[in-house]
Amino acid sequence: MGIVSPGFSGRRRSAGEKLPPGQYLVNDFPVLSAGPTPRVDTGRWELRITTETGQVHRWDWAAFQALPAEEPIVDIHCVTKWSKLGTHWRGVSLDTLLDGVETSAGFATAKSYGGYTTNLPLADLVDGQAWVAFDFDHEPLDPEHGGPARLLVPHLYFWKSAKWLQGIDLSDHDTPGFWESLGYHNYGDPWREQRYWGD
Amino acid sequence: MAAVRDETATARTIVIDVPGWPGHLAGQHVDVRLTAEDGYSAERSYSIASAPPDGQARSQTVELTVQRLPDGEVSPYLTQTLQVGYPLELRGPIGGWFVWDPDGPAAAAPVLLVAGGSGVVPLMAMIRERAAVGSHTPFRLIYSVRDPTALLYGDELVRRERAGDGLEVRYVYTRTAPAGSGQPTGRINAALIASAGWPPEESPAMFACGPTGFVEAAADLLVRGGQNPGAIKTERFGPTGGKA
Repeated sequence: MGIVSPGFSGRRRSAGEKLPPGQYLVNDFPVLSAGPTPRVDTGRWELRITTETGQVHRWDWAAFQALPAEEPIVDIHCVTKWSKLGTHWRGVSLDTLLDGVETSAGFATAKSYGGYTTNLPLADLVDGQAWVAFDFDHEPLDPEHGGPARLLVPHLYFWKSAKWLQGIDLSDHDTPGFWESLGYHNYGDPWREQRYWGD
Repeated sequence: MAAVRDETATARTIVIDVPGWPGHLAGQHVDVRLTAEDGYSAERSYSIASAPPDGQARSQTVELTVQRLPDGEVSPYLTQTLQVGYPLELRGPIGGWFVWDPDGPAAAAPVLLVAGGSGVVPLMAMIRERAAVGSHTPFRLIYSVRDPTALLYGDELVRRERAGDGLEVRYVYTRTAPAGSGQPTGRINAALIASAGWPPEESPAMFACGPTGFVEAAADLLVRGGQNPGAIKTERFGPTGGKA
């Protein structure tokens, strides 16, 4: 237990076991970005998966939209301590996108329009754990929330769910991404409160 | 907590003595954790308002300016309950992106700061750091507030601007301008960003901080005004934007 704050009782909420340590519930959808919101026209949009051997798999918007989509309902947890429960998305599973991609890579770097990057083990993108999402709450995803399409990896802190997704590079090596190079945890498991370096 | 200063009716600066504080960069934040007697705890992030302490100084203090949120859990405690002498649990400094470093590679580039409401706090740390190290990097601050009573650091900004060493401040009042000023009220717009900011050819470093809608608008205006998106750093503030 930390240092007791005299006179503090707090405002407990009954989120129960659904809230990871140090998180609090919100009902709106806060925006956190490091820079301006890129405006990406779906007419010029392309998603690229590049393997460790340099093989490139591409989808334009029409090809991407033609893939079978899923409707995950998931809890999301931001490292700045807000959590939002039961969020409703529509997106293409990474299992679908990686079907037919030949790789033995252990790591992935998600890259965004605008230059953002984030790294995660490839194992965290497969087996029904991750999507490339394009609808939120039955509406096309707003640019400020990462539209036209963003990565959705809800079991990790939300900075891993790269907005404005442009591509995923697969590699044998783990390379820290944008926040991971600036003091934030390399893996980012909210249940183990892996917020910063050293956690 | 070592001292307290009221900034407005709803914002307070708390001065914290932190033994062994490693120092920080202007723009970084700390996580504050409050713990109740039964172990329940709540954490929030707050931007540091003070310039990094001088390495020679004996006391290592950190100042946070906290805006009280009507429905807040931590900010009412920090602005109303916390008394001088109470302990406070801090973690930090945190964040290596939204910072102005006078020793960094871009330290000579002119700087534009765009603040919405209490989003001025980390930008004030940059203004104070500039003064503390005697930097001559030209700084321009566009500061949007609801009305004059909501201004944070009003007297200090006037004093620092009057020093005439390269800090210029443009105030934007969204609801009520100072009595008798004749200044119109309104929101930041393209013309204002163009006249109170820097031309893109000057390759300025830009920092925008405030509520999400404000920061989105400011960053969009800068990009549409021809600024390099890669030179615009943003930080969202607000009731649920992470920091408030």
